[in-house]
Amino acid sequence: MTDTVPPAVESVVVVEGLSKVFRGPPEVAALRPCSFRVGAGEFVAITGPSGSGKTTLLSLLGLLDTPSSGRYLLDGVDVAGLSDNDRAGVRARQIGFVFQAFHLIGYRTVLENVELGLLYHGTAKAVRRERALEVIERVGLSGRMHGLCSQLSGGEKQRVAIARTLIRRPSLVLCDEPTGNLDTVNSDAILTTLEELHAEGMTVVVITHDAGVAARAQRNLQIRDGVLSETVGVG
Amino acid sequence: MSVERSRLTWRDTISEAVAAITQRPVRTLLTALGTILGVGAFVATSGLAETARAQVSSRFDALKATEVRIQDAAPDGTNPFPDDVAARLERLNGINHAGLYYTVADSGSLQPRTTAARPVNSGAAVPVIAAQPGAILAALPVLQVGRIYDDFHETRGERVALIGRAAAAQLGVARVDNQPVVFIGDIAYTIIGIIDDVQRNPDLLLSIVIPASAAERDLQASGANYLVLIDTAPGAAQLAGRQAPLALRPDHPERLQALVPPDPKRLRNQISGDVTSLFLALSGLALLIGTVAIANATLLNVIERRAEIGLRRAFGAKRSHIRRQITIEAALVGTAAGITGASLGLLGVVATAASRGWTTTINPTTILAAPLIGLVTGTIAGLIPAIRASRTPPAETLRA
Repeated sequence: MTDTVPPAVESVVVVEGLSKVFRGPPEVAALRPCSFRVGAGEFVAITGPSGSGKTTLLSLLGLLDTPSSGRYLLDGVDVAGLSDNDRAGVRARQIGFVFQAFHLIGYRTVLENVELGLLYHGTAKAVRRERALEVIERVGLSGRMHGLCSQLSGGEKQRVAIARTLIRRPSLVLCDEPTGNLDTVNSDAILTTLEELHAEGMTVVVITHDAGVAARAQRNLQIRDGVLSETVGVG
Repeated sequence: MSVERSRLTWRDTISEAVAAITQRPVRTLLTALGTILGVGAFVATSGLAETARAQVSSRFDALKATEVRIQDAAPDGTNPFPDDVAARLERLNGINHAGLYYTVADSGSLQPRTTAARPVNSGAAVPVIAAQPGAILAALPVLQVGRIYDDFHETRGERVALIGRAAAAQLGVARVDNQPVVFIGDIAYTIIGIIDDVQRNPDLLLSIVIPASAAERDLQASGANYLVLIDTAPGAAQLAGRQAPLALRPDHPERLQALVPPDPKRLRNQISGDVTSLFLALSGLALLIGTVAIANATLLNVIERRAEIGLRRAFGAKRSHIRRQITIEAALVGTAAGITGASLGLLGVVATAASRGWTTTINPTTILAAPLIGLVTGTIAGLIPAIRASRTPPAETLRA
């Protein structure tokens, strides 16, 4: 168990004894009880080999799955035991996702995909459109905003995914192998964008098995065989 | 502790559903195909049945529909009818002409002829019909020459006769201005007209027709098959058939039996009912197949869109939001299919009617109901896929 956030820094994420066991048979302890904090505005990388429990931890942090035990405070609110609808509400307002596979809706345009970030937020259509145009411009895709996402390159797709998260201005951005499907140039561009977000004060947690990605984070956590064992280094 | 819930307006839901449908038109068309066929069959069926029913109305034999016969329900050789048949019946609403009519029984003694002397070797005897003027008029005759005897002749029992075209040829009578006579038995009847054609009772063309009163007096007819012939206005035959026995024999109406043509309305409804029930059954089957097709296609669609649904869940969609969107997608596809099917069905009806020279007749309710049928079909079909989609576990579907 680790707790490396200085007490003076406000924590966005506080995890205490969080675990996940997939009921079998066979029963699999995907994540052993672990505790850590992520301070506001931190850029944290969680590293580990394939099958170590990284994605399970990200699912728990993103409220995409429910923990078997433990507490999870997000912005000071215990969200571990929330109902399905309440978890959806938290996801809609406080958490942003960037996935390795981008998960864009291929038959919709860039603009529509980015607007999707606010669809379940209750934001008026005109406001969604205005903010979408802002973030698309920011990620440098203004010229492609009316193109279908299925026609974009991998790097462009990931930039759309980042814009889709940016539009929500979430408390916590969770990235699952964000450069896993990208070449070196595009990977670097995406990491630069994430660093910029961090520099602007956004809390970013990146899950990766790429040491190069982890090296660019402010702080690294390591997970192996479901055990979040130690904190290594601060970027 | 309260958490602000995620929200999705109905407008946004519909907008998302429309986008999902319109941006993949081929998939949408394939999804809708079953319902298009089902609703199209429904509209075509209803329209063709309606059109066919209208044709029955226009093609129905109007002549048959205006003819009523009243006969003796219990024949005993006597005349069951009163003397004033025409007076009683022609007062009734919808009756144009009516009168007593029967063929005079001939044991061979009548020997109708144009000479006083009886022939030694006579050929086939010309039949003699006793008929009141109303009965002759009810046969809708066309005269070659002369005139039809009237109530004056009937009341007075005048010895006048009409002869049919064939009988005239047999008797050698071609004109009446020279006042020819025909002898029936030993009594002479003046021929006052030759009937060229009739629309009913063609036996009049083969016969000599004399007033019923004269026949009763002169020929002592008995054992005849007494009838009352009635010509009615269109649509009045059923009423006349019900009222005539009572008007003629108020003391004993069951003695008389009315022979009326089939009610055109009932016939139309029967024909329409037969056609409609057959085709509605087929339409129902097609709709059922359409519902299953939409359900199946939507289910496949949901499976294929697991990642998208997981993504929507990750971005805050509640299960109910997913259910709502998928159901609305299916409902919209069903509605569009209903409208398309109705249009195609209507085209089919118009084309069929035009090819047969019919007038297209279709109940507007059928057309208006079609989109509703599609909507209901789509909604029902979308329910199970929607529920299944809402249960999609987001964590599992979003793994790389």
